[in-house]
Amino acid sequence: MGRPQTIVEKIWDTHVIHQEENKPDLLYIDLHLVHEVTSPQAFEGLRMKNRKVRRPDRTFATMDHNVPTIARHFISDPVSRKQMETLYDNCQEFDIPLADINHPDQGIVHVIGPQLGLTQPGKTIVCGDSHTSTHGAFGALAFGIGTSEVEHVLAAQSIWQARPKTMNVKVNGRLSPSVTAKDLILAIIGKFGVRFGTGYVLEFTGEAIENLTMEERMTICNMSIEAGARAGLISPDDTTVEFLRGRRHAPEGAAFEEAAASWKALATDDGAAYDAVVSIDAEEVEPQVTWGINPGMCLPVSGTVPSPAQAETDAEREEIERALDYMGLEAGQAITSVPIQHVFIGSCTNSRLSDLERAAEVIRGQQVHEDVRALVVPGSQTVKQQAEEKGIDKIFTDAGFEWREAGCSMCLAMNDDVVPPGERCASTSNRNFEGRQGNGARTHLVAPEMAAAAAVEGRFTDVRKFQQTPV
Amino acid sequence: MEPIQQHEGLVYPINRSNIDTDQIIPKQFLKRIERQGFGQFLFYNWRFHDDGTPREDFSLNNPVYEAASILVAGENFGCGSSREHAPWALQDFGFRVIIAPSFADIFYNNCSKNGILPIALKQEEVEAIMTAAESSSYHLTADLEAQRVYDNQGFEASFDITSYMREMLLNGWDEISVTLTHEDKISQFEAARG
Ligand code: SF4
Repeated sequence: MGRPQTIVEKIWDTHVIHQEENKPDLLYIDLHLVHEVTSPQAFEGLRMKNRKVRRPDRTFATMDHNVPTIARHFISDPVSRKQMETLYDNCQEFDIPLADINHPDQGIVHVIGPQLGLTQPGKTIVCGDSHTSTHGAFGALAFGIGTSEVEHVLAAQSIWQARPKTMNVKVNGRLSPSVTAKDLILAIIGKFGVRFGTGYVLEFTGEAIENLTMEERMTICNMSIEAGARAGLISPDDTTVEFLRGRRHAPEGAAFEEAAASWKALATDDGAAYDAVVSIDAEEVEPQVTWGINPGMCLPVSGTVPSPAQAETDAEREEIERALDYMGLEAGQAITSVPIQHVFIGSCTNSRLSDLERAAEVIRGQQVHEDVRALVVPGSQTVKQQAEEKGIDKIFTDAGFEWREAGCSMCLAMNDDVVPPGERCASTSNRNFEGRQGNGARTHLVAPEMAAAAAVEGRFTDVRKFQQTPV
Repeated sequence: MEPIQQHEGLVYPINRSNIDTDQIIPKQFLKRIERQGFGQFLFYNWRFHDDGTPREDFSLNNPVYEAASILVAGENFGCGSSREHAPWALQDFGFRVIIAPSFADIFYNNCSKNGILPIALKQEEVEAIMTAAESSSYHLTADLEAQRVYDNQGFEASFDITSYMREMLLNGWDEISVTLTHEDKISQFEAARG
């Protein structure tokens, strides 16, 4: 037996094509996911230099960021339409498989990769999208890249990368009932800040992580980038293997068993060393609500909005002041006193079947508050169909939610799903940046259950209280 | 891409940390399929009112900064979305050098593919530059070869950059061409894995 290794080292060592002193490593890429927004200039670059796509069979494209979630076959914005047509044409020209707007597999790129079994442990995965970290839930090394790198991977199926540092994010103990993966990752970013992961690959470990389902693990890894980490991952185990069994692109029969054994062998060895370690106790995590303009500005639902007077530095004070001003909040205000006008359940963080099921449980038999407009946007056409088979759409629509087609939607409001200036949205997405959901829009990030409870109450409320209320 | 060896220019200070790429270029401008022409949308929601008229309270609209080509900002510049439209917008607007105490990884990388030199300096050094640039028309020179930044009043700071990125920027190389010189190794790698 050699020296104990982390999963990151194991994946890295089996993907290095070329090494040279004073240079990053040339790393092989197993899977390249592509969407309409960050790819047109990359394909154009290939054309200009007369290059081809090296491995169309390791490339997979979909349309998600820009797609309408109602009347999906009529894209009124000509610039959006052009962008989608461009992806279609590029995939035709370069022979890349595409789940376009009419395809039953269409959906948010980070939802469909795992769903189709394209995402597998040990793979190196890239996409021109920062939330590519989501795929790390499977024990894959997955990270976001820019458009120049998209072009590079299309042409060379590889990328120059310096060996990353590793950080063990240890979650001790168990989460309390009704506290979700979303609350946990928000609490982690709240505790350690939006920069703590910069330059590292985060590996989430500990009992609370082991107990999570695959969909919950995806929620955790999804938001690694909000901590500054390009990638976050979780060592594969039986939960990972069982999720992949029978998926379209997973191996079959004896080959699957063989793959499963090799996947599990990727898990970080006992005693492997990390470059850094942080830890948090799962028991201390409450349902979270963000109050400010980055995901680290979050509070337990029992908390109050911070005051600039609490700041330790001038820069921090200015940041709090700016956030309060943008968000239209008063220092010291209870977060549960804040009324909302919009609810968005969706995005690559929280739009999978189990997310919708859990939110539906809260909403069942209730009505959306009269001042609130509430939207559910399933992560993929498959999620939508599965939810409809279970009657979940009905629970939402009976309560007064709009039930939409799959896409990114109000997570970044590139299509028509926009929050108007000054209005407030309880959102299950991952970024509460200024203007993210619309110019002047005020975003509060929450778990699906918390979003559902807020939809009913018209303000933030502790979903645990809500879940105990007999209906 | 355009090589960058030495750059002398006017400094534009923006004293905020965690400036994310959604602020650098908002999503409504990501629908275009070209690489050019994004400068007009730089910091759009900060620069313009809803009706498209410029906001006088946003300093980049001040004509004194029209010729600025060096941006100095707070920590964690370029966090969030991987959109390369952010460096495209900065470059198209005229910025060639960005100075901050720290950068987000993807943005930092994206800069280097577009002939923008990202320079991480110590917090105190950034503050000194910020203060100077806020109070007068302030020029700096960034020398990539020597890995230092200086003005003509005695300020000087050195910075780290990987030798790989330094070479790329100094020479303005097309990275894909460099990689494809290793094409045989990529093929061997693929063949070995089956
Ligand atoms: S859902 Fe939101 S965060 Fe996820 S890929 Fe789409 S736009 Fe990006």
